[in-house]
Amino acid sequence: MTQTTITAQPFYVDVPNATLEDLRARLEQTRFADTHDETGWEAGGDSAFLRRLAEYWRTEFDWRAREEELNRFAHFRATVDDVKIHFIHERGRGDKPLPIILTHGFPDSFLRFTKLIPLLTDPASHGGDASDAFDVVVPSMPGFGFSDPPKSDGTTFHIGSMLHSLMTDELGYERYGAHGGDWGSTVTEHLARSHPDSVVGIHLTDVPFWHTFRKPSDLSSAEETHLKRTTDFMMKEGAYAAIQGTRPQTLAHGLNDSPIGLAAWLVEKFQRWSDNNGDVESRFTLDELLTNVMLYWTTETIGTSFMPYYDFTNAGVMRWMLETAKQWKGACKVPAGFALFPRDTSLPPRHWAQRFYDVQRWTPMPRGGHFAAFEEPELLAEDLREFFRPLRAAMQ
Amino acid sequence: MRNGECDLGVPFHTPDPMKPESFQITVTDAVLDDLRRRLSQTRWGAALPDSGWDHGTSPSYLKEVVAYWMSGYDWRIHEAALNQLPQFVSTIDGARIHFVHQRSRDAHALPLLLLHGWPDSFYRFHKVIPMLASPNRGDNIGDFAFDVVVPSLPGFGFTGEVMRASREQPNRQYAELLWRLMTEVLGYRRFAVAGGDGGSSLAQLLAIDHPESVIGIHLTDLAWHAVNVEPSTLPKHEREYLEHGKKQFMQDGAYIMVQTTKPQSLSPALNDSPSALAAWILDRFHSWCDCDGNIERSFTKDELLTNIMIYWVTQTIGSSMKTYFDETRSPSLTPKDHVNVPVALALFPKDIAGVPPRSFAERTLNVQRWTEMPRGGHFAAWEEPELYANDVTTFFHELHATVSAV
Repeated sequence: MTQTTITAQPFYVDVPNATLEDLRARLEQTRFADTHDETGWEAGGDSAFLRRLAEYWRTEFDWRAREEELNRFAHFRATVDDVKIHFIHERGRGDKPLPIILTHGFPDSFLRFTKLIPLLTDPASHGGDASDAFDVVVPSMPGFGFSDPPKSDGTTFHIGSMLHSLMTDELGYERYGAHGGDWGSTVTEHLARSHPDSVVGIHLTDVPFWHTFRKPSDLSSAEETHLKRTTDFMMKEGAYAAIQGTRPQTLAHGLNDSPIGLAAWLVEKFQRWSDNNGDVESRFTLDELLTNVMLYWTTETIGTSFMPYYDFTNAGVMRWMLETAKQWKGACKVPAGFALFPRDTSLPPRHWAQRFYDVQRWTPMPRGGHFAAFEEPELLAEDLREFFRPLRAAMQ
Repeated sequence: MRNGECDLGVPFHTPDPMKPESFQITVTDAVLDDLRRRLSQTRWGAALPDSGWDHGTSPSYLKEVVAYWMSGYDWRIHEAALNQLPQFVSTIDGARIHFVHQRSRDAHALPLLLLHGWPDSFYRFHKVIPMLASPNRGDNIGDFAFDVVVPSLPGFGFTGEVMRASREQPNRQYAELLWRLMTEVLGYRRFAVAGGDGGSSLAQLLAIDHPESVIGIHLTDLAWHAVNVEPSTLPKHEREYLEHGKKQFMQDGAYIMVQTTKPQSLSPALNDSPSALAAWILDRFHSWCDCDGNIERSFTKDELLTNIMIYWVTQTIGSSMKTYFDETRSPSLTPKDHVNVPVALALFPKDIAGVPPRSFAERTLNVQRWTEMPRGGHFAAWEEPELYANDVTTFFHELHATVSAV
């Protein structure tokens, strides 16, 4: 455990005018190719939607207003393992709020949790009970948004430990809960396995994908189906991960130079992975989609956000399993809860999760997709409250 | 005009649209000014650790290319050079096809259709066109000459997006267009075809669908459909070749996954940012050339940029990548298809998946000539023009003699 030094400084989202002016100029000169072969979202970004998005971005999107909304949260930056980590830290309103850290993934950002935060910090004002209140910490993953990039590649394996330092050394919490999805579930699992005495429970919206790389010999047919679906997903929908893992520099440069290029790459995932019946705007407003894109654009972090993919690919499956195993320190004794949203990118059977976790709660949700915290904050908040309720009691 | 800003030399309306109209490349100053402005505004951003070319296009090399593009490269010189080639457009079933038609002075020259791939263009063949049309070699090939036809393939360059009658088997429809170009537009009864990459698929389709017209095909690769076989049915050395290819694909094939599944998530960036386009294309040239990691041992910056410019000024990177998506959805070729006309394979050691076993090639092709080249990569006609032109000439010279004797 590193020596405790408090480094957290208040942070405000405040993008320079020059960045916004440059962005406006780029949007004005956006070069769209004509096509008579419209295929909607079938072949990636829907070009008609993207034209509309670019026009809205240029003429109506008000970043300063979005910035003001973001700044209603208490933001900080703290130095952990020589890397400046940005995070939101909102205190709970209740008797003994349980600290919880919420970790996002790709291609989202801390924005994923902004609707969930008030439901967790102040349940009494949102139809819940004050005894379910949480102290909420939402970091930007290293390399994402306002967090600095890791000092070197290979860091993905240690993000869990960095976040543990943030929770304990920086913020002084002894015991806390953790929740995540996408890369956030990987990081959360690492966190629990390497610090089981500090983490009271983990709550995930998926079983980290890399578990599928080690195939047990006693698979049930439901598990076989799950693994097959995972492979199918990688073939049909996984190109982004393949290119971000193998040739990140070939792609990152261009996305950092073209705002509509960046938006096309990111927004397609929101369209594809959310529960929207084909209409992405039924789940996210253009403002929400663009605010998320802006967190990549204004910080120029699309390249460093590829780091987890790149680390995973570089390390190879074997090293990844090994690194993970090293952190396991025996069985996963931290209680785990799962909320499975039907339109997420993978839907594992419960007994698949039980191979890796002490599953104490398993909730198949009626609706929602990959960005559950953003799509269905109430459903997720209620599941988090219920999962942690007995764990809080046990802490007393 | 395409996209309203680039006058590409649209011909006068003519009552017979199939009749070839002379074509010159004339990019407007506005396009070049806009390009220079975009390049000067390139936003380099927070990079991943610079690991050379290990994880994609080298950031420092990309910077070097962008700097040269802005201040050293002169499109007008290359445009003038390209316009030295006799170019035409012909509209077949509403599809306006751009092509070079370099006739030989020899009235009995064999017509030869040269088919490029991705991410190159008709420019792939710029070095071999004069060699094949006006040979000047003191060897036993003598003065065997070709009438050379080099189209910009549907989706690419000055041909651009081509609407198809249906979504079924797009490459088969494109091959049919090319057959009509050679026969109905140019009046050739029998002709030869050579190509690589996507051009290899089209050459095979032409041979399968029109054996009465195609005397033989010369390929630098088997085309990707050939590897979609169940490996367990193959002998060991063929299985090893497929496994090697699969490994290669896992390491360096992500561009195909993007282009076959999500091309339109990528194309907005590449059509909007010239340096994005350069990064995406340069990575392929670097990976697939025989250059020991030094791309300029195989291609000059001027050459690399001229090819990139053909995509930029025509705004066809999106439509070129979309051909992967369209073809994957309804493949025109399967490993069960067999080419019966004579086939020559010229295999260059640094091509994408290396040199296949001949027995594997013979599963789909009637291989009559097999040449393993001492050097060269994927863009053989461009990288090793003499080796390439000699092999094409030798094969078709012999074949022509046989065919003529019958």
